[in-house]
Amino acid sequence: MLEIKNLHASLEDEDKQILKGVNLTVEAGKVHAIMGPNGSGKSTLSYVLSGKDGYEVTDGSAMLEGEDILDMEPEERAAAGLFLAFQYPVEIPGVGNMTFLRTAVNSQRKARGEEEMSAAEFLKVVRERAKTLKIDADMLKRPVNVGFSGGEKKRNEILQMAMLEPKMCILDETDSGLDVDAMKLVAEGVNALRNEGRGFLVITHYQRLLDHIKPDVVHIMANGRIIKTGGPELALEVEQNGYADILAEVA
Amino acid sequence: MALAKVTQDETDARLASLSMPEGGWPAIARRDALARVQSMGLPHRRDEYWKYTRPESLTSPDVIPAAVFDASDEAPIFATLDALNIVFVDGVFDADQSDDLAQTGLEIERLENAASADIHWAQDIYGTLETAGQNPVKRPLAALNTAFAHDGILIRATTIVERPVNLTYIHKSDRSDAMLHHVIKVEQGAKLTLLESGPAASRFNKVMEVSVSDQGEFHHVRAQGRDHERRAVTHIFARLGEESVFKSFTLTANGVLTRNECVLELTGDNAVAHIAGACVGDGEFHHDDTVFITHDAVGCESRQVFKKVLRNGAIGVFQGKILVKPDAQKTDGYQISQSLLLDDDSQFLAKPELEIYADDVACSHGSTSGAIDEEALFYLKSRGVPASDATDLLTLAFLAEAVQEVEDSNIGDIVTERMSAWLARRKR
Ligand SMILES: Nc1ncnc2c1ncn2[C@@H]1O[C@H](COP(=O)(O)OP(=O)(O)O)[C@@H](O)[C@H]1O
Ligand SMILES: [Mg+2]
Repeated sequence: MLEIKNLHASLEDEDKQILKGVNLTVEAGKVHAIMGPNGSGKSTLSYVLSGKDGYEVTDGSAMLEGEDILDMEPEERAAAGLFLAFQYPVEIPGVGNMTFLRTAVNSQRKARGEEEMSAAEFLKVVRERAKTLKIDADMLKRPVNVGFSGGEKKRNEILQMAMLEPKMCILDETDSGLDVDAMKLVAEGVNALRNEGRGFLVITHYQRLLDHIKPDVVHIMANGRIIKTGGPELALEVEQNGYADILAEVA
Repeated sequence: MALAKVTQDETDARLASLSMPEGGWPAIARRDALARVQSMGLPHRRDEYWKYTRPESLTSPDVIPAAVFDASDEAPIFATLDALNIVFVDGVFDADQSDDLAQTGLEIERLENAASADIHWAQDIYGTLETAGQNPVKRPLAALNTAFAHDGILIRATTIVERPVNLTYIHKSDRSDAMLHHVIKVEQGAKLTLLESGPAASRFNKVMEVSVSDQGEFHHVRAQGRDHERRAVTHIFARLGEESVFKSFTLTANGVLTRNECVLELTGDNAVAHIAGACVGDGEFHHDDTVFITHDAVGCESRQVFKKVLRNGAIGVFQGKILVKPDAQKTDGYQISQSLLLDDDSQFLAKPELEIYADDVACSHGSTSGAIDEEALFYLKSRGVPASDATDLLTLAFLAEAVQEVEDSNIGDIVTERMSAWLARRKR
């Protein structure tokens, strides 16, 4: 599904390399987790993959279903099936959440040459999916993320994911700032989307999210590289001993 | 005070190009207005009040030709509303396209027809509010209009009038030079909605004098749209009685030059005045909102909300003043002017002013200029929305605060829809 090879990226403005050769392959139907200390480059990886300005890819490649995505515009990557749940979802005053969702869904459909969703059909689907995430009518009407609590913002990210039905989902610290109940809701939302054809890359600090979203593979990222890869037990090891042992082992 | 030689010459040249209608009740007002123009002189680029906007093309004897823009791919903006329709083509009343000038609750007439009478209800207002608005800042182009406008609409609302009056201005000739002078009187407890749309002429000078009596309500929504080369200078002079309401909103797209002046005087206690504008300018576009609000009564509220989206070298100007007289206690004055600059070539020039002589008042004003929010733009793109659509969405969101000032949400929706269509059309 997603194949990242030797990915190097630096900041455009300063001469600072952040990703220093990331290798990672997420297969369809699988959930991969990335853990790692703060500042190791996890968010940067998610931004580079989704096409945010300010980063320069200096080497390597990233393919989505065999297609090189690094030359695409962010909206083309989205239409190709890539989705990033932001660590810090952006507030957009003046743009209603519903308008935002519908514009996104129909833009992608249009880009793929599919028929746009009618207003009635959209309303039906969005209400149904919002309900399972406990997103009420008021949150759908309000401007995107404006005045939302931390938990509401993260649930809103999952709602977008549910509406857009991407092939490859990247979740950047979707658990941070959530209490246990909110995290369960988010995890349920993610689990409901798991299927044969869809890949997940779950970036997290904590094991606890992985209790709810069971990963197939766990990677440890440090200093711009994947330094260790293993099964779910690797996450438990981090939970108990922190990163020190693993970092020492690799060094 | 003698006028500078250049100003004198330019004023004389312009006056020589015009002919004053004769006779009837407006004769005295017209003659007085001519005297005002002669003593004030027409605006000059060195005038402080014209510091950001060059007046030459508005004062010259000859009109600068303006190619008519073909907007036949869209219906006039307010066409779907049930309204009393009045059409002017290049400033000339068009009977064929207009409805019969009759509506319950209204006295409505053309100035040109009414002017032959010796007395008329509009006589107390015509030129009077304009004269009052000449102090402390002179507005010679308005006096010029009072002196020389042959036509316009006189409307007197005596009750709550549900059906709006809709003035549609059509630009048909490349060299049209039009003047219209409207007089509106909203009697005690009455209510009127006036709609205006269209590019009017190659050059348009319009004055509207509005008197709102106690507990009266006047709503004004206008769209100056989609004609690239036209020039316009417009003035609204309004006087508000006790507990009266005045709300005016203007949407502008295109036009090489627009100067919209609004002079409001709150003379009755607890009156409310809202004035708002949203404009989208691309390329050769200069848009100037000049507002002067005088609080001269207790407990009045005034609110100014102006938003401008500028790109490809477009220029936006805002000059807004709130004057609170010594006895105007409990005044609530609010003013915001903001621009969204879509590139580095565009410019926003703002001069907000407060002059307060009462001590128990709450007045605030703010002015900002900013670029598009890159984080929001990326967020939208990452969800699959193409860059140009995402920019439009953020642009509409930016303008929304001004459109919200339109009281009738149905009309507000029409405005938003039209704005969105105009933005979409600009894409190649
Ligand atoms: N736009 C930026 N400007 C400056 N430094 C940045 C920027 N983006 C990332 N960095 C730096 O790159 C490193 C990796 O950051 P990030 O990808 O956010 O790490 P993580 O998500 O793993 O905590 C950090 O040292 C961070 O300070
Ligand atoms: Mg991070």
